[in-house]
Amino acid sequence: MKIEKIIQLLDAKMLCGHHRISDEISNAFSSDLMSDVLTLDAENILLLTGLANVQIIRTAEVADIHHLVIVRNKKITNDIVELATELNMVIIESPYSMYKASGILYANGLNPIY
Amino acid sequence: MTTELKFNIEGGDFDKAGIASSATKKVLKQLSIDPKVVKRMVVALYEGEVNIVAHTYRGEITVSVTDHRILAILKDEGPGIANIKRAMLEGFSTASPKVRQMGFGAGMGLPNMKKNADHLHVESTPGVGTIVTMTFDF
Repeated sequence: MKIEKIIQLLDAKMLCGHHRISDEISNAFSSDLMSDVLTLDAENILLLTGLANVQIIRTAEVADIHHLVIVRNKKITNDIVELATELNMVIIESPYSMYKASGILYANGLNPIY
Repeated sequence: MTTELKFNIEGGDFDKAGIASSATKKVLKQLSIDPKVVKRMVVALYEGEVNIVAHTYRGEITVSVTDHRILAILKDEGPGIANIKRAMLEGFSTASPKVRQMGFGAGMGLPNMKKNADHLHVESTPGVGTIVTMTFDF
């Protein structure tokens, strides 16, 4: 599924990584627990999270995750967007809850990891 | 040839947690080390770095890269670990609510470090601090 399709399905807004709007994603994982994200064996996945702190970027960086969705209208600060831009990441924000966003993406064919 | 990196880590400074692991990742990539080794090394290092920030007053991380091995030593000044066996169990955590708000403190750090490292050694003196040694072979 392309990032542009994810944006459309989640009524989302892109905060950075606009040049990667055509990136193709096949798997996703939803979590507010970065400890859990760090145990994943998959790479190049979409991470949906309700956290909005700098550790989501650091965790994504070490876990080789380049695409993130911030759910339920949580706002991340400009310095976090700058760090994500520097690391060539895509961040999109959606007004939907984690449950709704995950359900929509799953129903449209985006696969879970487990 | 050995490449050595040193980082000072401040306890409680969550804004900077992960900077050492990020810098290490960049150097390992520049050294053209297998991306799979880089990932497990950096994940384990980040877990350790977050532990220092979350649980100690301060710490020092040293990473040494030789031809076929990465050695990471994480030394901290802090409360230490009273029961290392218990700390190695998945789900055991003494993390504060603040740490949990950051998405950590689920009691998965040390077990995940063990999973990712080829060798993990933890020695701790309660009231003094902890030394974690990890090696990664490639």
